[in-house]
Amino acid sequence: MDSSSVAAAPQGAGAAITPDYDDQIVKMFFTATVVWGIVGMLVGVIIATQLAWWPANLNLPWTSFGRLRPLHTNAVIFAFAGNVCFTGIYHSMQRLLKTRMYSDTLSRVHFWGWQAIIVAAAISLPMGLTQAKEYAELIWPIDVAVTVVWVAFAINFFGTIAIRRVQHLYVAIWFYMSFVITIAVLHIVNSLAIPATLVRSYPIYAGLTDGLVQWWYGHNAVGFFLTTPFLGLMYYYLPRAAERPVFSYRLSIIHFWALVFLYIWAGPHHLLYSALPDWAQTLGMVFSIMLLAPSWGGMLNGLLTLRGAWDRVRTDPILKMMVVAVSFYGMSTFEGPMMSIRAVNSLAHYTNWVIGHVHSGALGWVGMMSFGMLYWLAPRLWNRDLAHPKWVTHHFWLATIGIVLYTVAMWAAGLMEGLQWRAINDAGQLVNPIFLDITARLQPFMILRVIGGGMYLVGAIMMGINFWQTVRSPERPADAAPVAA
Amino acid sequence: MSNENQPQDEGTFYGRFHRRVIEGRGAVMAIFTTLAISVGGLVEIIPMFSATLGPEQHELVTPYTPLEVAGRDMYLREGCYTCHSQMVRPMRAEILRYGEWSRAFEYTYDRPFQLGSRRLGPDLHRVGTKYPDAWHYEHMRDPRSISPGSIMPAYPWMLDWKVDPADITASVVALSKVGHPYEDTSVEGVTEQMRTQGSAIVTNLSTAGITAEWDDEIVAMIAYLQRLGTDGRAVFEAEGTGR
Repeated sequence: MDSSSVAAAPQGAGAAITPDYDDQIVKMFFTATVVWGIVGMLVGVIIATQLAWWPANLNLPWTSFGRLRPLHTNAVIFAFAGNVCFTGIYHSMQRLLKTRMYSDTLSRVHFWGWQAIIVAAAISLPMGLTQAKEYAELIWPIDVAVTVVWVAFAINFFGTIAIRRVQHLYVAIWFYMSFVITIAVLHIVNSLAIPATLVRSYPIYAGLTDGLVQWWYGHNAVGFFLTTPFLGLMYYYLPRAAERPVFSYRLSIIHFWALVFLYIWAGPHHLLYSALPDWAQTLGMVFSIMLLAPSWGGMLNGLLTLRGAWDRVRTDPILKMMVVAVSFYGMSTFEGPMMSIRAVNSLAHYTNWVIGHVHSGALGWVGMMSFGMLYWLAPRLWNRDLAHPKWVTHHFWLATIGIVLYTVAMWAAGLMEGLQWRAINDAGQLVNPIFLDITARLQPFMILRVIGGGMYLVGAIMMGINFWQTVRSPERPADAAPVAA
Repeated sequence: MSNENQPQDEGTFYGRFHRRVIEGRGAVMAIFTTLAISVGGLVEIIPMFSATLGPEQHELVTPYTPLEVAGRDMYLREGCYTCHSQMVRPMRAEILRYGEWSRAFEYTYDRPFQLGSRRLGPDLHRVGTKYPDAWHYEHMRDPRSISPGSIMPAYPWMLDWKVDPADITASVVALSKVGHPYEDTSVEGVTEQMRTQGSAIVTNLSTAGITAEWDDEIVAMIAYLQRLGTDGRAVFEAEGTGR
């Protein structure tokens, strides 16, 4: 984003009502985002409660932890974060490429197809219909539907690039493109399976080969579903909200190519100390550590974009959310490489530390970036002032304190169980031979996690109510000043 | 929104190259991106299919029996992998707690793999034959009756629900298609194997005063759990390796 487009930012806000752009589809994805976000986070709080208080499993098949945990992960990743990405992409790429989407029909196929997939997942997972591979649990007919819908999205995406009215593709588009391409590759390769029945199948890979393919997929679901599209969103919405140009074009080139090249290698760090061949474990570790550099390149480019706008961070809750998001991105992309070091991993693996790490990225980076973007978009999309502007600040603090409680609880719990599992006394015996003794000591942290996660959920519900009342309020008069950025 | 004013980069070679050749052409951008994201996956995944670089194999490791397949399908259905790992790491504390560390060949017939990523409960890779059948029966019915303080959900429905041999035959047929050596994949053959193995477990349970039938889900679950890690143990004994 150059200085001339920044100078043009107020007109840019006016462009939100340019009839040429399809903003209806953006509103549809926006609405789905808020609804699925609250649902996914609610399921998260429910399963956190089950770990703190087992009777919450209700002794019923479809409400037990093992079935609801995949529902939570799939809902927050593919339903919430997925719809966030689509909201931002459909909104920003039309403006970045100065053209309407290539096909309104494909946009609708994408929207309704994706929502139907989410509903199918929400029904099938509690029924115990699963492929039992993390974040790839959906049964094969739904996998086929995902592929079809993704192809529709890809055709629409590349079609829009083909009919663009600007020559150069802005950096956000590069990140979106890596999302579209890589998710297709990951999903198809990891889902290859032989069907046994309509609802059951077995992967063509076995044992540790299946493990490697799965974590190549699983880690890059984080990389290309929760990182690159969100960096794209950062590159569009952070400069818009801050009214500042991106700090460095050169840095964006270097960190983009380094990130997409390095990320894909890092999967085996999920299998350190397993029976996976050593060469693969070592590759996974080495590339994970290298990943720190391009990740921090993105973080620095985001934070330094705020040069000269830091005074506004004090007063603007949208910028606050984005700054916290980018900061959590930096923190979790430092923590990740550290946890990929074999010696650290030997302590962290299988513990709550990993859950804490994931959630500092998910709640901090993905969630806060999403909230910031949604609050920035809502007044512009619907041409209305936010019904409760002060609630945005309340939401910010609820979410931030909630994340801190959550991650601190998980770090403490993870370190504790990791150390107690491995503790050996002078006689060469386990200090804690009874596994359940350690489990019992974790309960206070499990309760603290419910509180932190609950605060985060309350913030999201407040956001939902805020948007609901905003949309139902009267439209701004035509002669009013444009919505302030 | 374009990047027209970038003098500090326009003067450099890569700045000109990137802007003219890559950013200016969507197809070139897409091809370069595809190449960049392909290298790592290809380098890591392809060697896994080679005999020397991939996971080791052992002829003493055999496929799960049809009843164990039924139990394993249940293990997948209930999401047991969300709390239990099946991978004992080669570390002193793990070997003391769980038993011999896990080898790659032990997973030859694991589709999908179930190494897990979290130990909310203990590792299960060496749980086979560790406890009697009746222990598992009671533990699945009410975990706290066996392990006070456990946070595991109860699975009472496994005591009531039945496995359908025709349904399990479909699983066995699919697994034989991907190369698992099953001699008899007919419904009759599968049913007979399930009945034979299940009846032995039913007999075991009856000595503890528990009444069950061979096609109860819990019987298949017990069959699978008692199989875990035992092929590896047979290999260690045959070769004099391990502890």
